[in-house]
Amino acid sequence: MMLAVQVNLPAVANVALLLLSASLLLTFIRLVRGPSLPDRVVALDQFAAIVVGMIAVYTIDMGRDEVLRAAIVLALIAFLSTVAFARYAERRGRP
Amino acid sequence: MTNWIIAVLLLVGSIIMLIGSVGLVRMPDLYSRMQATTKSMTLAVVCLLLAVVIYFGEPGVTLRALLVITFYCVTSPIAAHMIGRAAYFCGVPLWEKTQLDELRGRYDHKTRTLDSGPAGAESGADAGDAPRYQSDPSPTETS
Repeated sequence: MMLAVQVNLPAVANVALLLLSASLLLTFIRLVRGPSLPDRVVALDQFAAIVVGMIAVYTIDMGRDEVLRAAIVLALIAFLSTVAFARYAERRGRP
Repeated sequence: MTNWIIAVLLLVGSIIMLIGSVGLVRMPDLYSRMQATTKSMTLAVVCLLLAVVIYFGEPGVTLRALLVITFYCVTSPIAAHMIGRAAYFCGVPLWEKTQLDELRGRYDHKTRTLDSGPAGAESGADAGDAPRYQSDPSPTETS
C-alpha cells in the first residue's frame, strides 16, 4: 500500500520544462556576457545539452517518440561544432 | 511505481541542469565554469534520457536513447578537453586567486607538446620563475 498516491506525470514534465527554461535563460546570460570566445563556446555546448534534455522531457509529455531522433542529431552537431570552434580559437591565437 | 521513478528522474535531471547553469553564470573564470557545466551536463542528460527509456520501454526508443547517452558520455569529455586546451593556448586568464597552475611553463608553445615528468626534474634551471608548488611540504596556516 506504499506509494498509493498517483503521480501526475504531465505536471511533473511541465515543472521540468520550467526548470530547463530557467537554465536556458541563465546560459543565455553567459552567452551574451562571456568575455572570451571559449566562454561562449562552453555556453553553446550547455545550450545544446539543455535542448536535448528538453526534447527528452517533451517526448514524455507528448507520449510519442518521433522527436527523439532530433536529439541524436543535435548531440552530434553540438560535439562537432564545439571541436570546430576549439580548433578555430586555437588557430586564431587570441582570446 | 514506474511513474514515481520517471518523475524523480525528470526532476533530478532538470535540477542538476539548473545547478550547472547557475555555476556557468556565477563561477569566476572559464576553467571553473567548464568544471561546473561539463559533468552536470552529462549527468542531467543521462537522467532525462533514462526517464524516457523507462517511460516507453520499447526496443526502438531504448536503443535511440541509449545511443544518445553513450554518445554524450564519450564526446563530452573530449569536447571539454579540446576547448580547455584551446583556451589555455590562446591565453584566457585564470582567476586571480588561483593557487596552483600546474601547466605553467610546461607547454612548448611552438610544437604544442606537453613536457611531462615530475616537477623540476629535467628543467630545473628555467623553472625558477614563479614556482608552481609551495616549496615546503607542509601547508601554511596563514590564511
